[in-house]
Amino acid sequence: MTRYLLLRLGLGIVTVWGVVTAVFLALHSVPGSPAQVILQGGAGGGDVDPAAVAALNKELGLDKPLLVQYVTYLGHLLTGDLGNSIKYSAPVTEIIAAPLGNTVMLVVLAVIIGGVIGLVFGILSGNWPGSVLDRIVSGLIAVAVSTPGFVIAIFLSLFVGLSLGWFPSIGYTAPTDDFGDFLYHAFLPSLALSFGFIAIIGRVTRTSVLSVRREDWVRTARGMGLSGGRVFRRHVFRNAVNPVVTVAGLQFGALLGATVLIEQVFNWPGIGSTLLNAINGRDYPLVQGIVIVFAVVFIVTSLLVDLLYPLLDPRVER
Amino acid sequence: MTRTFRTLWQKSSPGLFITTCVVFLAVCFIFIYPAVTSVDPLAQDIPHAFAPVGTAGHLLGTDNLGRDTFVRLVVGLRTELIVCAAGTLIAAIIGTLIGILAAYFRGVTDLALMRVVDIFLAFPHLVFAMLIVSLYGAGDLTVVAVCAIAFFPSFARLTYGEVLSLRQALYVESAELFGGSHWQIIRGPLLRGVGPLLLAQAFLTLAFAVGLESGLSFLGLGITPPRPSLGLMIASGQQYFTQDASQLLIPSITLVVLLVVLGYVADWVRDLLDPRGVTRRRRLRRGDAVTRTEVISLREEVGA
Repeated sequence: MTRYLLLRLGLGIVTVWGVVTAVFLALHSVPGSPAQVILQGGAGGGDVDPAAVAALNKELGLDKPLLVQYVTYLGHLLTGDLGNSIKYSAPVTEIIAAPLGNTVMLVVLAVIIGGVIGLVFGILSGNWPGSVLDRIVSGLIAVAVSTPGFVIAIFLSLFVGLSLGWFPSIGYTAPTDDFGDFLYHAFLPSLALSFGFIAIIGRVTRTSVLSVRREDWVRTARGMGLSGGRVFRRHVFRNAVNPVVTVAGLQFGALLGATVLIEQVFNWPGIGSTLLNAINGRDYPLVQGIVIVFAVVFIVTSLLVDLLYPLLDPRVER
Repeated sequence: MTRTFRTLWQKSSPGLFITTCVVFLAVCFIFIYPAVTSVDPLAQDIPHAFAPVGTAGHLLGTDNLGRDTFVRLVVGLRTELIVCAAGTLIAAIIGTLIGILAAYFRGVTDLALMRVVDIFLAFPHLVFAMLIVSLYGAGDLTVVAVCAIAFFPSFARLTYGEVLSLRQALYVESAELFGGSHWQIIRGPLLRGVGPLLLAQAFLTLAFAVGLESGLSFLGLGITPPRPSLGLMIASGQQYFTQDASQLLIPSITLVVLLVVLGYVADWVRDLLDPRGVTRRRRLRRGDAVTRTEVISLREEVGA
């Protein structure tokens, strides 16, 4: 077991290193230099003064040999330094801290909303397979899986937000100022975000409940005269929930990526909006920092899920 | 490949046959209509902006610049299909190559190649796409590249697992014993063995690619204006929603229908070609136990 954990951890570290290297190489694969693209205001822009390019190159440390830049960059990363934003002239870590928090809050809310609804859906349709209810739920799930999050977000913001006016479709209150108002504003974005999650959780729960219901121990429990509800709570649900937790954990990183579009629709000041602004402003250090943060969060959550799985289900031996 | 299609044909049902015909006709229409129509998708006619659905000459009305929505929809779909299919094809080729090489040669090749695949799996697709677009600028080719890079890992994973198990098969071992060269074995039993799975996976990936492309275009990082694309049309429809809701509803409904249809076609192809459900993403409804590989493959479902 310890050996497995160490191996998994080692692979995780290698992947993080690979991600960081890939981002570094991607940034340096641009024809010309990033400095030129920044000054042109976009790829394929007009001519710029070579002297200005050289000056900016020197300022960003881009005039040094690639290997030197790479080592410096890795060294900075190890100390938690993601570099300085060109546009805001401030450390990237400082700029992304607050938006990252906002985004994580959205994702956590989406996981809560989606987890509850998905579990209920999955349990209902898994306990009564083939019923009308099951068919309706499965149909809804099929559509929810195929509908892009941003389309759902637009419709929620326009119809529930603007037309019905039940929830604000735009705006944001800092959670430290007024937590209730923050939740009020975060409701629609996180609901939009949770649709895909509901679909996946619903589907996995249904499958899992279906397969556990067929197990011998469930039949035995029933044969011993336990009530249906008790059999479900003690024997079916307890065993069926393990894969659901795994999937939920693995989805966390994916949800983080999906927020980019949803934040755009709701004008939510999260990491996705920051990324889009950084891209439009050609702020490469900021783009680089955010992409790395996304990938690292993704890797760390997968790692945690892998490590947690044996704890949830003692039958799993590696 | 011929055999793959023959299997599809033999196993198909009337329902599937009709659906396939309808989809085929729709695709033909999408490609032929822009060539024969005299309506220009870029022609602006500001006085007639926001013409309602059913106006003479404008079947689905016009957008905020008076451009014909129907022709823009068709041309947008055409661009989308070409770009996404090209991206999927490249992803399939690169991914299959990596998967086969890693699983066939094992050892250092395996370790190196599959690490690369893991690294690319660690980026959320959209975020990675945005990084590439920020560096190389928006455009059709960038979208193709983005789709290829975002989706080759799933092809590599799939081929890798399948080739590992195929290598144990007696006929592959005997091919090796008979002195078949690496290339003969890879091209023969291995490629043919994974062929049906790849086709099934390709349809799924096409649906994911359309989702990714429309998201990028919606952000203004995919297909560049003034050319039409579903994502761009949804974005401008949202902007002018209060003036004319139909210009938002039409592209949105089209996109959802396209994705649902692609999803169902992918499901069918997979059910027919892949009875063991190796490429399974959506078939969990059948009531099989969830295994770890499925859990991993589920990761991508929301990721776009």
